[in-house]
Amino acid sequence: MTATRDKFGRPIVVVTGMGIVTSLGAGKTDNWNRLTAGESGIKTVTRFPIDGMKTTMAGAVDFVTVDPFSSTSLSERLAVMATEEALGQSGIGSKGDFPGPMFLAVAPIETEWPQRLEVARAVETKDFGIIEYLATCGSGQFTRFHRRFTFGSVALNLAETFGTKGSPISLSTACASGATAIQLGVEAIRRGEADATLCIATDGSVNPEAMVRFSLLSALSTQNDPPQGASKPFSKNRDGFVMAEGAGALVLESYDAAVARGARILGVVAGCGELTDSFHRTRSSPDGKPAIGCVRKTLADAGMEPNQIDHINAHGTSTPENDKMEYLATAAVFGEHTPNIPVSSNKSMVGHTISAAGAVEAIYSLLTLEHQRIPPTINYEVPDPAIPFDVVGNKARDARVTAVMSNSFGFGGQNASLILTREPA
Amino acid sequence: MAEPKEVWITGIGLLSSLGEGLDAHWEALTAKRVNVDETRLAPYVIHPIAPVSFDAQIPKKGDQRQMETWQRIGVYAAGLALDSAGVKGNQEILSRMDMIVAAGGGERDLKVDLAIMNADAQGNLPSGAINEKLMNELRPTLFLAQLSNLLAGNIAIVHGVCGTSRTFMGEEASSIDAARNAVARIGAGQSDIALVGAAHNGDRGDLLMLYEFGEFSLKGPYAPVWARKDKPGFALGSVGAFLVMESREHAEARGAKPYAKLTKVVADLARRKEPGAVTKSLQAMWPQLGATDDETAVITGATGAEPATAEERAFLGEHPGLAVRATGTTFGHTIEAQFPLGLALAALSISRGALYPANDPTGFEVEKAGPPTQIVVMGAGHWQGEGMALVEAVK
Repeated sequence: MTATRDKFGRPIVVVTGMGIVTSLGAGKTDNWNRLTAGESGIKTVTRFPIDGMKTTMAGAVDFVTVDPFSSTSLSERLAVMATEEALGQSGIGSKGDFPGPMFLAVAPIETEWPQRLEVARAVETKDFGIIEYLATCGSGQFTRFHRRFTFGSVALNLAETFGTKGSPISLSTACASGATAIQLGVEAIRRGEADATLCIATDGSVNPEAMVRFSLLSALSTQNDPPQGASKPFSKNRDGFVMAEGAGALVLESYDAAVARGARILGVVAGCGELTDSFHRTRSSPDGKPAIGCVRKTLADAGMEPNQIDHINAHGTSTPENDKMEYLATAAVFGEHTPNIPVSSNKSMVGHTISAAGAVEAIYSLLTLEHQRIPPTINYEVPDPAIPFDVVGNKARDARVTAVMSNSFGFGGQNASLILTREPA
Repeated sequence: MAEPKEVWITGIGLLSSLGEGLDAHWEALTAKRVNVDETRLAPYVIHPIAPVSFDAQIPKKGDQRQMETWQRIGVYAAGLALDSAGVKGNQEILSRMDMIVAAGGGERDLKVDLAIMNADAQGNLPSGAINEKLMNELRPTLFLAQLSNLLAGNIAIVHGVCGTSRTFMGEEASSIDAARNAVARIGAGQSDIALVGAAHNGDRGDLLMLYEFGEFSLKGPYAPVWARKDKPGFALGSVGAFLVMESREHAEARGAKPYAKLTKVVADLARRKEPGAVTKSLQAMWPQLGATDDETAVITGATGAEPATAEERAFLGEHPGLAVRATGTTFGHTIEAQFPLGLALAALSISRGALYPANDPTGFEVEKAGPPTQIVVMGAGHWQGEGMALVEAVK
């Protein structure tokens, strides 16, 4: 059999399994039903006291519990749930034996406050300094915290559970992490290094310090009441993003490997692109140049023209800067075709799942292709005249969708985009 | 698949407890100098960064203020690497240069942390008060000095490295995978030139916490890595190590000279619950490199933590006569930075035509006569992750 290649002679990369957990629910069915019904997963935070917080709502995944709680353990649990669903759908390998490498997008890990305080209460001296504190850390009572809070811990546990091959790669490219995990998986298959890759992205970061940190950067919406109304991408009165949790997992395979084992092909990752912004640590270059370059690189990687894209799953964070920049960048690349492209932001309903967002939104994009229905951008009551996108406002829209561009533009100048299509070109 | 393209190391940037730049490192290694501090965080032993004026590579004070020390070390070393490769300021190349950084997290505000922890221990931290303290006392931009991907972000801002930017995490394994991924991408033609490296600041009480949970830290007095049998552990070290890697064609086309070539990088995740797993992992990786015992030397990032170091030593014991150098003796353990440090020293040794002298009172490290043509860089993480790379002279 001659290998099936794309127009650049590379193996075609297809998706054969997807799993998802967000504040809307566990699994593709619940997520898709609630997403297309325009429901919001954003609620007032109940996980911890919200006294003194400027922002008091989030898209926390409260229906999943881990004990003892830590954001790291929740991230791991969400990743396991999403991966089990993806593997179940794909039918690849066997239980505990995935025949390829893993790429994991995960939030940076550090010892969290409940655990810090647990150690503090065990320090024998009063008014202790760091050395006394360290002596208690090293007393042998807290070995479990080393196992939990090393950066490699989530990947280690997932690799053992799912039997992925080789050294698992944990990565962070901030808000673009999920897209980067997919991109790394695509590259490995295109190199011929693997026939299948497991790409996972997870984030369980709704904890006090993480919320304070984003709040201090004035990145979060403070329109707490009602919480469901806070995330309003492309609206004139948008005022920041809403932190959220979730996980997405995708099984990627070469088209040939998928066909050979008779797998159902859910879609194609036709192109990936990435371009770094050197403008500022938290702000995108206002001229949108890096985002423009990123989108162009992605089209070039897919070998597609702008007019072949018929839906954009936007980064659409609902921050004043991002949404405007995203329009400018899109308009610069798509020109006259821009008004013909329906645009939507899933973040209006699930919030910003940060490290997971790129994968979560890639999965929603693939579901959009499958159902030929574009999820709405809710809370779109006061359109921003500076952003004349064809926003799919408030109600889902049936449409012919053959190729979706999914964008992720993040802190630290991290820009990544994906193009997802139905069938191999 | 087509034959992979040859990957050259054309730039090396080093800043560490020994100083900055290749000459300073070569001189210090030859003199067997070690910069160790047993008092600052006593009883914990650390290797602090050598005095450095960051202005030389980070000219804007505003940029320096937005970073914590680990980032300054990294951005500085990245600048040295770009200088060394002759691409500093070359916008055409930098705008398409790929970057893979291995990173942990940045410095915390220990003063704020300790005040909260003391208040709580004394029962003076009502529910919810932690929010208010964090909101009022944390410096807003400290978050940016802590985020793993902001070392890469700062390198992009200060030096303009703006192709792709990926940050790998996961302690020692993260930089092994960074090198492995860069070599794979360049080898397959997915990248022409890449900046790969990591940075670590060992002078951090907040970082010692994590390793002390597992009782991995070396307590004074200092001892070389191979002499820690009765008192295992690692001393945190301070290193920024970055490499410019590029395809041979790309280097030749711009007239760049190689320090060495990076022939192969392999990595593993041994199931360490089984005793001897590290030894087995290293045994399985060694033949994949194509190194020959007669010709090669080993630069290892052996941590001094057990049982990993003993298991690595058991593997090395199967190759008697091999000249071994443990970077941990001289530099301490720099977690993510240890593997790129090993690659840098291997490439430097090959380019200087000599393996630097042994520094080991136990006699495990032996001298090697003549110029090395091959050096294997090895890493077995203190808790997980193993890998090897083969660095060779360009013929």
